[in-house]
Amino acid sequence: MSEMKTIHSLEELEELAEVLREEQKSKSRITVCTGVACSSLGSEELAKELSEESKNLENCEVKKVGCKGLCALGVLVEDDKNMYHSLKKDDAKNLLAMMEGTQESSEYILSKDIPFYSKQKKIVLENAGYIDPDSLDDYIAADGYKALFSAISDMERSEVIDEIKKSGLRGRGGGGYPTGLKWSTVEKAIGDQKYVICNADEGDPGAFMDRSVMEADPHRVIEGMAIAAYAVGANKGYLYIRAEYPLAVKRIKLAIKRAEKFGLLGENICGSGFSLKLDVRLGAGAFVCGEETALLSSIEGKRGTPTPRPPYPAESGLWGKPTLINNVETYANIAPIIRNGGDWYAKIGTESSKGTKVFALTGQIKNSGMIEVPMGITLEQIIFEIGGGMALGREFKAVQTGGPSGGCIPRDHLNLEVDYENLKSVGSMMGSGGMIVMDESSKMVEVAKFFMEFCMSESCGKCVPCRVGTVQMYEILKKISKKDGTRKDLALLEELCDVVRNTSLCGLGQSAPNPVVSTLRFFKEEYENLLVESRCHISISKEA
Amino acid sequence: MATKQVKTLKIDGMDISSIQGSSILEVAREHDIYIPTLCFVEGLCAVGSCRLCLVEIEGSGKLLPACTTQIYEGMSVITNSEKLLKYRQMILSLMFAERNHTCAVCVSNGHCDLQAMLQILHMDHIKVPYMFPRLKVDATHDRFVMDHNRCILCSACVRVCDEIEGAHTKDIEGRGIKSNIITDFAQNWGDASSCTTCGKCVQVCPTGALSEKGKAVSEQLKRRSFVSYLKSMREDVL
Ligand SMILES: Cc1cc2nc3c(=O)[nH]c(=O)nc-3n(C[C@H](O)[C@H](O)[C@H](O)COP(=O)(O)O)c2cc1C
Ligand code: SF4
Ligand code: SF4
Ligand code: FES
Repeated sequence: MSEMKTIHSLEELEELAEVLREEQKSKSRITVCTGVACSSLGSEELAKELSEESKNLENCEVKKVGCKGLCALGVLVEDDKNMYHSLKKDDAKNLLAMMEGTQESSEYILSKDIPFYSKQKKIVLENAGYIDPDSLDDYIAADGYKALFSAISDMERSEVIDEIKKSGLRGRGGGGYPTGLKWSTVEKAIGDQKYVICNADEGDPGAFMDRSVMEADPHRVIEGMAIAAYAVGANKGYLYIRAEYPLAVKRIKLAIKRAEKFGLLGENICGSGFSLKLDVRLGAGAFVCGEETALLSSIEGKRGTPTPRPPYPAESGLWGKPTLINNVETYANIAPIIRNGGDWYAKIGTESSKGTKVFALTGQIKNSGMIEVPMGITLEQIIFEIGGGMALGREFKAVQTGGPSGGCIPRDHLNLEVDYENLKSVGSMMGSGGMIVMDESSKMVEVAKFFMEFCMSESCGKCVPCRVGTVQMYEILKKISKKDGTRKDLALLEELCDVVRNTSLCGLGQSAPNPVVSTLRFFKEEYENLLVESRCHISISKEA
Repeated sequence: MATKQVKTLKIDGMDISSIQGSSILEVAREHDIYIPTLCFVEGLCAVGSCRLCLVEIEGSGKLLPACTTQIYEGMSVITNSEKLLKYRQMILSLMFAERNHTCAVCVSNGHCDLQAMLQILHMDHIKVPYMFPRLKVDATHDRFVMDHNRCILCSACVRVCDEIEGAHTKDIEGRGIKSNIITDFAQNWGDASSCTTCGKCVQVCPTGALSEKGKAVSEQLKRRSFVSYLKSMREDVL
């Protein structure tokens, strides 16, 4: 990169990408997964050892890369031919011997034809696990910033928005609002100053998709934001990242700095007069700060509590200016859509939901990890083909999607095609992409209680139904799970669900009852069996 | 000044026209249509936190707070229905159950907005179990008392102190059920040096949470009209 200078045009960028690709082809490359799970298994040490050991091998470079997905089988390492799994931190010598063919390796080789990989479709994660996240070269060689430069030099702002509209992309932050429509609202809003914001507050328990995207491929998020800023007419943007993600923060900051240095961000990008300054803001770990109006208050330096909408941020956002807020994964989809066209993207998925979705697959499942699947894939395919089925040989019971705002889906609905509307129709939601698989040993009242406790302690306290209602609901759930609950308690719980859902100020309160409502819908007998009344019934019948 | 546009709408079936930018609550009050409120104080920013003023908008499934929602052309608002009454009763129940509102021994007995709301919403009992938290009474200030047991966290005191008095002595700490009104850096009120002892917070407090020392229950009637008066004076100056 040392000889690289400011890039002024699309042609210069493409030439550079070609040179970099040639350079890469001439080398063989070993990539070591340093995602969340593999790092905890010692992949950093392994990578260091590998670099040491391979020093005298000609034309070989060892690269630390982002999450390769199959976390359950870490540490994962890949060379030009094979993927190796289940490695330990001191396996460097063995691994190199296996790669040279001087040591038996079949036990460690992971075929890429297994359903875990073959059933996935990678758009957002196309580079994750292959490129060095800290290397701008790697990103450019993978067609990085090409979409931004072609948008700026060849497309009107309205054409960019049309392309996003055509793609059918919907917000990946949970709500599923059509992205193109949001962009055109901000574009049309009147104001001399506009902002773009990336919501990277990812607070759902168990979710780590946005984190992985930022850690594995930070430039992709920045490029998406830059295209958005160009399209809506913004020249300033913020990435609101939770402080618990120090590595993501570091990588994003470094990526911004490098992109600025080479003219991919900053003043007068691509000689067009379009400028964009990006900054990082840290969230202090309050779940509610992921809600867009609370996030804006937090960036403005105020207490992070939601404000009633309307007005929507698109009209009156940061410091009262028109503001575009999108999620990390939403932005990560933008560059490929501009590169390949909206029509290409719209071919993937279902009628109402286009493209792919990244999920964090966890719980009692064999292949836990991070996956990207086309919309419309069935839950069964995700859980039993990609996920490899249940981990402990027990029966499948339910899958929880949408985190604390979502619900539990039972086996009768395993053939459900995953998209925004279908998940809603069974009382759950897409959410940000957590997917927790539960087997027959899971107790549904406990599951509901767990999420209610989360909502209760994350409620900001501004409005009455959420502040007090979540506590009342939690207390009833606690009572029922201790077998002290009555029919009357259950009826009150149901009434509270209705009130809190319909009267709370923001999405946190409005969706807090979902885990209860959905478990009541599909597993009501589990609640009923715990009630005082049914206990009496059993003991009486025993005595008789 | 630019001329303001007029919007026409329906409230409870009545045809009404009013100026663009008005809230549903403002327009309803202009026409003597009652909508219950607790966190709204005329002259302070509306925050939409008590949720009692929720109204139905025909054609939209969502309920919206009248105090923060602006009118628009052709909207049709329903301010009262069986569903709304049921929701308002439950919200008021939640408010009562949250802290210790024992009216019989309260300085505001008989002239408390919270207590009055029970009658307005035809309630003779609370629908959820009381939570009985242990909370403090701060009587360290020379002239005023803060009894956290009777606070409904409407934030009127915080807003008046910030928006009108400009002292910002009061604020909210914590979140969720642990939210609490504080003075300065969570000090005793008596030690809060930014407090000007103006007493505006006491006047806007809808309950007996804020009261004046040395006054009998019958003398604790609150006066709020000063807020919008001061606000309009301020706007004229600016
Ligand atoms: C309580 C709550 C928490 C939220 N947390 C997040 C979050 O962590 N990340 C996110 O992108 N969106 C989150 N959202 C959704 C945002 O408010 C907003 O809809 C989203 O950032 C818009 O981006 P999108 O259109 O790209 O999805 C949250 C919403 C609520 C109500
Ligand atoms: S719904 Fe909950 S989180 Fe949202 S404003 Fe109300 S109290 Fe705060
Ligand atoms: S002290 Fe009074 S005015 Fe302040 S928040 Fe509590 S109830 Fe509202
Ligand atoms: S008066 Fe509107 S929410 Fe309280």
